[in-house]
Amino acid sequence: MADSALNADTAAGAPSRQGGPFAWMRTNLFATPFDAALTVVLLLALAWIVPKASGWLFFDAVWGRQPLEACDAVRGQGACWAVVWEKFRFMMFGVYPFDEQWRPAIAIFVMTGLLVVSAIRAFWNRSLILIWAGGIGLTFWLMGGGLGLTPIRAEQWGGLPVTLILAIFGIAFAFPLGVLLALGRRSNLPLVRAFCIVYIEVIRGVPLITVLFMASVMFALFMPEGLRIEQLLRAQIAIILFVAAYLAEAVRGGLQAVARGQYEAAEALGLSYWKSTSLIVLPQALRISIPPIVNSFISLFKDTSLVVIIGIYDFAYAVKKSVETDFAWKKYFIEAFLFSIVIYWIYCFAMSKYSQKLERDFSRGQQR
Amino acid sequence: MLSNERARGIFYQVLLLAAVFGVGWYLISNTLHNLSTRQIQVGFGFLGREAGFEIAESQIAYGPADTYLRAFLVGLFNTLHVAFIGIVLATILGTLVGIARLSSNWLLSRLASGYVETMRNIPLLLQLFVWYGVFTELMPPVRQAVDLGGGIFVTQRGLYYPWPEPHAAWSAVGWALLAGVLLAFAWRFYARRLQERTGRQLPVGIPAVLLVAGLPLAAWLYLGAPTQLIYPELRGFNFRGGRVLSPEFLALLIGLSTYTAAFVAEIVRAGILAVDRGQGEAAMSLGLNRGHELRLVTLPQALRVIIPPMTSQYLNLAKNSSLAVAIGYPDLVAVANTTMNQTGQAIEAIAILMAVYLSISLLISLFMNWYNNRVRLVER
Repeated sequence: MADSALNADTAAGAPSRQGGPFAWMRTNLFATPFDAALTVVLLLALAWIVPKASGWLFFDAVWGRQPLEACDAVRGQGACWAVVWEKFRFMMFGVYPFDEQWRPAIAIFVMTGLLVVSAIRAFWNRSLILIWAGGIGLTFWLMGGGLGLTPIRAEQWGGLPVTLILAIFGIAFAFPLGVLLALGRRSNLPLVRAFCIVYIEVIRGVPLITVLFMASVMFALFMPEGLRIEQLLRAQIAIILFVAAYLAEAVRGGLQAVARGQYEAAEALGLSYWKSTSLIVLPQALRISIPPIVNSFISLFKDTSLVVIIGIYDFAYAVKKSVETDFAWKKYFIEAFLFSIVIYWIYCFAMSKYSQKLERDFSRGQQR
Repeated sequence: MLSNERARGIFYQVLLLAAVFGVGWYLISNTLHNLSTRQIQVGFGFLGREAGFEIAESQIAYGPADTYLRAFLVGLFNTLHVAFIGIVLATILGTLVGIARLSSNWLLSRLASGYVETMRNIPLLLQLFVWYGVFTELMPPVRQAVDLGGGIFVTQRGLYYPWPEPHAAWSAVGWALLAGVLLAFAWRFYARRLQERTGRQLPVGIPAVLLVAGLPLAAWLYLGAPTQLIYPELRGFNFRGGRVLSPEFLALLIGLSTYTAAFVAEIVRAGILAVDRGQGEAAMSLGLNRGHELRLVTLPQALRVIIPPMTSQYLNLAKNSSLAVAIGYPDLVAVANTTMNQTGQAIEAIAILMAVYLSISLLISLFMNWYNNRVRLVER
């Protein structure tokens, strides 16, 4: 295909590039007999699936706040989106006190805003640290209460805010830890290096579930008697310790990409290790590692759903419980799961498109 | 003294060592104290005790009267079982999707990229929940099982399929298959040596197929060609006879492989794109045919790019199989979880879990490193 494009540019007036939908179809859909056959088969398959799927998803589906009977009437032909309206509050906020649910609602916007602001490159400087500190503080106040708001214990937090908290607090605290681990792995001090390598490799070698189990079951044994830490905080700590190992590898890639001359130049200027690291090396390394860091964040965002297994009311668990505990609506579990899938997908898809754009932008400099 | 770099280095390391040991000692002493107040015995002695719980599916013989150690083994084999088949399926599906994404057919490449962008942006756990729901709630109850023909039945309790009656010939077929594979490798080795020495080329593909397929067939025919199958039959409340793939296993296997396939597809695509077009053209101009060009020129170079990220995807799949516990497939984590709840030996159970997963990770990366070294281009 690229060949024909090349020819078309050099040989003036080659007909296949003369525009028009037919020319486009000839090159992109019916170039060879095999291509043509493939296109016909795919079109037939789509012609069979698309009307069925769109009928079930949209046209024959039950939309809006409707009674169960409306869903039962179209069962099999149309989706029952009424289950989303019926269970919306519980899915989004779990068992958070009903009258206070405006607080987690605002928290969702604060945290989503935090992600949006971080994506804007005008904010990629020291002010971002302040913005994150402010956003995290505000979220914590909204969710937990105090200072004029009714205090709500973390056991009652639930739904989408918990998922966002686990991911955003997770990356915020894992990031400095990951940078330190990455620096330690490249350190000249053998003990420091050994410690960092063992930590990173062990954590990366085990599934997140085992670390979560550790947090949920073993943490109580580690702490002095009488000191109890809430389940959510334990899971958060486990996630931070887990993600730090992956971030360390992302940052290490960036550190390796910084030219040797930069280290040597910093040394020649007489800068100390910490000065040269924080002023010369890290600013360059972190810039290079931003795309892999964003990718780690996407994995983290998806992986927060694993806290379901130790019984924390994150978004996935709230959605699951909302249909499981109601016998009448239970049969419409697929619709409920599809709703949560769409929400997760919007967050992850936006972030992955953003990360792909960053990778393109960053590699543009090398394409001269 | 702090201005001396060596001394400072030693000082920092001593500090780290002290911190690690301090924290470690603090945690251990707390733990020992807590264990003694809760009267929990430390140690792996519990592994010899009777487990007393059922495990729904197992690759080896197991009953509730067996020990915890055996229960752990059952879980381990279940994990390996689903991870191995999952890796094979994910590789096949992912390669197909990756190639489809590069197709010059606009429709096909759009569909393939739609698949990738959908699957990899949805948490695996939710995908597993949906698959599990589909295989349990949406499938017909046992009494209204759907007959797919050939003795295959689809029900809420899984997919039932016929299985050959036990016969001496079947184990012989297994051994013949193994012998066929080994002989095929030996033949290829011999053919290579001959070509290196004399330049004469021997056919490899057809003899290999003959050996691998023919030997078992011959063994089967020689030992009486048993064709007796046991068909699943509806008796009472359930099917008897034949074999069954449980909904838990199916949901986990399909969820894991379709999810990982999306990542594999991206890796395969990047690998193929990384090979310079000139390489293929050069091969053609040397007179290699398309098959030789792919096998000897393009693929080895693409594999060099593909294998390292592919290794980490295989590791991810093996680790992600631990999500089995969420839908009730009795993998290692599920067994460990039950054991923890029954015995309270949380530390030991989690230690076993971590050790096993670390060893699996290590084994997969060792194997892939070995393979990577084999396909690496030798640069002069």
